[in-house]
Amino acid sequence: MKLAYWMYAGPAHIGTLRVATSFKNVHAIMHAPLGDDYFNVMRSMLSRERDFTPVTTSVVDRHVLSRGSQEKVVDNITRKDAEEHPDLIVLTPTCTSSILQEDLHNFVERAQLEAKGDVILADVNHYRANELQAGDRTLHQIVQFYIEKARKKGELPTSKTEKPSVNIIGISTLGFHNNHDCTELKRLMADLGIEVNAVIPEGASVHELKNLPKAWFNLVPYRELGLMAAKYLEAEFGTPCIDIAPMGVVETAKCIRKIQEVINAQGADVNYEEYINEQTLYVSQAAWFSRSIDCQNLTGKKAVVFGDNTHAAALTKILSREMGIHVVWAGTYCKYDADWFREQVQDYCDEVLITDDHGAIGDAIARVEPSAIFGTQMERHVGKRLDIPCGVIAAPIHVQNFPIGYKPFLGYEGTNQITDLIYNSFTLGMEDHLLEIFGGHDTKEVITKGISAESDLNWTKDGLAELNKIPGFVRGKVKRNTEKFARDRGFKDISAEVLYAAKEAVGA
Amino acid sequence: MTIAQEPTALNFECETGNYHTFCPISCVAWLYQKIEDSFFLVIGTKTCGYFLQNAMGVMIFAEPRYAMAELEEGDISAQLNDYEELKRLCDQIKRDRNPSVIVWIGTCTTEIIKMDLEGLAPKLEGEIGIPIVVARANGLDYAFTQGEDTVLAAMANRCPDKAPVAEAEKNERNAIHKLLNFGKKKEDVAQEESEYVDHPPLVLFGSLPDPVVTQLTLELKKQGIKVSGWLPAKRFTELPVLEEGYYVAGVNPFLSRTATTLMRRRKCKLIGAPFPIGPDGTRAWIEKICSVFGITPQGLEEREAQIWAGLEDYVKLIRGKSVFFMGDNLLEVSLARFLVRCGMTVHEVGIPYMDKRYQAAELAMLEKACEEMGVPLPKIVEKPDNYNQVQRIYDLKPDLVITGMAHANPLEARGINTKWSVEFTFAQIHGFTNARDILELVTRPLRRNNNLKDLGWDKLVREEAKI
Repeated sequence: MKLAYWMYAGPAHIGTLRVATSFKNVHAIMHAPLGDDYFNVMRSMLSRERDFTPVTTSVVDRHVLSRGSQEKVVDNITRKDAEEHPDLIVLTPTCTSSILQEDLHNFVERAQLEAKGDVILADVNHYRANELQAGDRTLHQIVQFYIEKARKKGELPTSKTEKPSVNIIGISTLGFHNNHDCTELKRLMADLGIEVNAVIPEGASVHELKNLPKAWFNLVPYRELGLMAAKYLEAEFGTPCIDIAPMGVVETAKCIRKIQEVINAQGADVNYEEYINEQTLYVSQAAWFSRSIDCQNLTGKKAVVFGDNTHAAALTKILSREMGIHVVWAGTYCKYDADWFREQVQDYCDEVLITDDHGAIGDAIARVEPSAIFGTQMERHVGKRLDIPCGVIAAPIHVQNFPIGYKPFLGYEGTNQITDLIYNSFTLGMEDHLLEIFGGHDTKEVITKGISAESDLNWTKDGLAELNKIPGFVRGKVKRNTEKFARDRGFKDISAEVLYAAKEAVGA
Repeated sequence: MTIAQEPTALNFECETGNYHTFCPISCVAWLYQKIEDSFFLVIGTKTCGYFLQNAMGVMIFAEPRYAMAELEEGDISAQLNDYEELKRLCDQIKRDRNPSVIVWIGTCTTEIIKMDLEGLAPKLEGEIGIPIVVARANGLDYAFTQGEDTVLAAMANRCPDKAPVAEAEKNERNAIHKLLNFGKKKEDVAQEESEYVDHPPLVLFGSLPDPVVTQLTLELKKQGIKVSGWLPAKRFTELPVLEEGYYVAGVNPFLSRTATTLMRRRKCKLIGAPFPIGPDGTRAWIEKICSVFGITPQGLEEREAQIWAGLEDYVKLIRGKSVFFMGDNLLEVSLARFLVRCGMTVHEVGIPYMDKRYQAAELAMLEKACEEMGVPLPKIVEKPDNYNQVQRIYDLKPDLVITGMAHANPLEARGINTKWSVEFTFAQIHGFTNARDILELVTRPLRRNNNLKDLGWDKLVREEAKI
């Protein structure tokens, strides 16, 4: 048992449902107790879906517990098949149903006899996989199912498309800025003269899946979703997989160069160097921003980064490599894929943090006192409490992270969006200086900041008065450093003298 | 529908139970706030945790006094010892938070693996010295607000059964009593005691926000009725005394288990009344309590009329309109009754579970309201089927659908007005004072649409789009 208040990645069935409902005309039936269909609320609320979420529950109640589901699951599948004629029904086990150990395979086979559409059972272990792993697995499973089905029928295309083409794999519902990223990737491909053969799973029909082998290569922009399917296609058809997220100026160029290499190897004759140069220097504003005076003011400022693998790794590299910001630590909650993360970021930050314990993250932020945080909604709230600005870069996210306006993170427009996000998160440079020169404009009482750090020290009246004169945005740091100084030297009371002694000693 | 076809009695149906509702563990969201010295430990899986995290929105960031005991594979396969594991976590909770009670919420998983929470709790309680209350609020058996019912039923067994001997101490213990006497001199208190009619002790049950507790308590005081205590109180250590023969009355329609426990285990007498939701319900609730104590209610009729007069600007927006309850929180019958009184026609009252005995007075009042307002009786659909309901909604084209968040946006996109049902659970809706808040919620989509009505943006899905 584990005491937990907050989790970064959801349970496995959420991943399966995200993939299933991203496809067009695919219905998921959860084998779950009443109330587990919370996914429908999230999809309807967060991404403001206009259509009913194609997920229903075959309810597990007391009767099911005592007698087994019997006909119930089969009936629910065939009923849904008749009502909505989906192409595919995905029977989705949940944590509850997986301990009931009912033979869901058998239900699927029986239902398949009657159902006009296809029926499969999501092959996911609830106690071993989380949302991200399960989503990856389900996408793989559906792709494999339709490739094999087409192969049996002899419908598999044998040749590649005439012009270079790509499958974009991993765009899904409830994914962080996924729909904007998808638009941006399609634009980028159009610029490069590459046809988009398919985008999966978002908006795709399962009937298109048999055409996946026609693409020259697969692009997997997110580390978390699509890699299994792409590896499968690579093994089956030799389709090369490019898994470099084009996020940030340098990585986008790297991704495009890799595309060039891959399609030239298949007989295309392209050179994207000029395009990269043009975009980098004049179209995207990010490279110019790095040179501008604004960005100079950010030099050496401290930041911390936390999120999923894709976004945390990309942001760490952007901050450090493209803006000269000091990333004190970078972390991920994708513990199952920690080695990849470590390898990606170790040159760009002082420390790597692999954890899914939000308390440890909060403490690590309080300890470092960065000028800005880049993290999930949880880190945003830690930032609020510590009075540190935060830019949200990864799920878990809330409704405000599903903007209506065009805000990709990928591609060249993505570099512009990320630049704005980063710059706006730091206290504006000039404002910062002015506050320091004129002693700040807030007259708030000193409050103890920090989540775990408690103070056993006593501030005398004059000490407190001096502390109050220090501008608000550095006051916490001065207070902490002074207390550390006092503790190290065994002072019980902190007077103005101690405060200044500490300042001299540590430059607080 | 012609007059001849109109049903003369309420028509009850039961569907497949395939509907959307919140999991009953959501009750921790409002109960941990209500019972200030409690800590709620939900013993379940990631699925439970994910639901709570998402359902509670920003509350999650406020260091709530609840946590998940997240079961791992070793717990499911009994490789780990339940008792040792729970002891470790409860020790940690005691160390970090030092609560006066730890409430264990049993979930679907603890049911299926048959974890004996009721058996483990007394043993562990003895060892760590903090009361442990066990409530099985799981999705196998219950829906949404019924979670509170299971917690309060378990709490009912913890209420002291003897009033403390010393009168002074009793005053100390009774929070409401203290609240009402706040800042008054002793003589005034004695004087006030005489303002109450001599009646057997009355304890109310149901968790309500403190302002509403005060409002309802004062409402009864006007009739000379003294509320001896509330289940739950602000603190676990202030649970009311329940002696055999005390009277109890419910304030919410989903508290049938608590009512049963109070009657059977604590030998209390239940006052079966409509619930104090809407001015009509509040008046009927007070009148019923008065009648049990042989008191003639004073000034209630005027009070109700005055409240109705104050509501007119809202009522005129919904008079003659129709409403469809998809059903998810068990407040449906009371709300339907109030809306009928406002002049609405109710097509259907979907409800997760219908306790006809506990809700008897409320059902009778709904029937009477329909008769007096001259509108057809609604169909009451227990364990509804959301898919079928949506088809019926397409046919009936109601002016308003009260539904969960899963259906609200898709229905709105199809030009059907919706109100999110969960808001009724969290808003203050009880008593005379809050009647306006109910209508504020009910009329909001209609007011919004009045503002947008000339834009022609009603249906925002393409024709060929399937449901």
